[in-house]
Amino acid sequence: MNDSAYNRVLTASRALKELADRPLKFMEVCGTHTVSIYRSGLRTLFPSNVSLVSGPGCPVCVTAQDEIDTVVRLAGMEKVAIATYGDMIRVPGSSLSLAQARALGASIHVVLSAAGALDLARRLPDMTVIFAGVGFETTAPATAAVVLEANRYGQDNFLVLNFHKTVPVVLETLAMDPALALDGFLLPGHVSTILGLSPYAPLAAEYGLACVVAGFEPEQIMAGLVLLALQNREGHFSVQSAYPQAVRPEGNKRAKALLEAVFEPADAKWRGLGLLPGSGLKFRPPYSHFDARIRLGLVDFPAPEPAGCRCGDVLTGRIHPSECPLFGCPCTPEEPVGPCMVSSEGSCAAVYRYGRSEFR
Amino acid sequence: MCLAIPHTLIAITGPKTAIGRAGTVEVEVRTDLIDTPAMGDHVLVHAGFAIERLLPDEAAEVEALWESIRAHSVTASHE
Repeated sequence: MNDSAYNRVLTASRALKELADRPLKFMEVCGTHTVSIYRSGLRTLFPSNVSLVSGPGCPVCVTAQDEIDTVVRLAGMEKVAIATYGDMIRVPGSSLSLAQARALGASIHVVLSAAGALDLARRLPDMTVIFAGVGFETTAPATAAVVLEANRYGQDNFLVLNFHKTVPVVLETLAMDPALALDGFLLPGHVSTILGLSPYAPLAAEYGLACVVAGFEPEQIMAGLVLLALQNREGHFSVQSAYPQAVRPEGNKRAKALLEAVFEPADAKWRGLGLLPGSGLKFRPPYSHFDARIRLGLVDFPAPEPAGCRCGDVLTGRIHPSECPLFGCPCTPEEPVGPCMVSSEGSCAAVYRYGRSEFR
Repeated sequence: MCLAIPHTLIAITGPKTAIGRAGTVEVEVRTDLIDTPAMGDHVLVHAGFAIERLLPDEAAEVEALWESIRAHSVTASHE
């Protein structure tokens, strides 16, 4: 039997109401989930004892202020072109955003793919093209593939400013936070397409948290929430997939092999969480000559968060965007103060665009 | 950033490239991350790279998931 998405949402809503026999607090990890939840108005279908907080799954949002400042600083250098994904352009740095640097004459290019950054390096042989590579395990394999290609063709004017971060370690950090007191994670669909299910196993086995991977359509998110509630009802915690369309239990072996070949785990600094051991990626020695930090001798200088900005608390589920004193005035998608209001996947932008009526 | 769009591969143009169609839009797709890409494959594309083949919503795994959810649904509510 197949039925419509509408009927599936209603079916799951009934099941969630039936299964949630106590207050349950889940975190949707992925920014794409956050946007889908607010845009579709799904929250109006949750029983009153089920709450959902947003997590650190917006790559631009978790990029540390130090890192933003480093890429803006590089943009001002002679014979340097910056290539990056669109959301990065408008994130305010301590002095300028990349968009403002571009208005002042810096060579900054929005690319849709890491492959586009390498193409740019081919087209600008007299420039050093630096790809500001943000993103989690979904995005990092593309960077790995492109670095292998650049290595094969000796594209030495192509460098990567590596901001890639990995998801399981940060979730363990949040799982240990007693102030959050989570009952489970709605796990990111497309990160899990690459990773599979096993990297999350400690969250269930060691921290007693329900873990369910979900897709991004409303009915897929509701299915994930039902399985989270069911695990809590039964007191049996495991890692399940409610997104079999795109997630195999073993993940994408080819993409994982690429990641393994090019990168090794490294410490990474996250906005709102600080330095988390083993939560990032760095190039293995055969590819370290593509690392902009190494080639150019860069260091990230400590930078304070924008005054009054609570993005760090928003992206770790400690506060709702509406609790930030800057939310809506003066911080808006048109005039953002922090990255969570800039990115199309930021919680603040999602609530501002789709959810304000819930929090007036 | 983790947004991925389903595409159908309509042409294989090189060892690591294909043309993908989503609705009326056709774009170049890198196929480095999937095994043996072929015309007609339904794939998820993220940041220009196909990251996985998609199972249809009618797949047995999807139906089994919804059967288990229906079993916990209370038909009296919402009606």
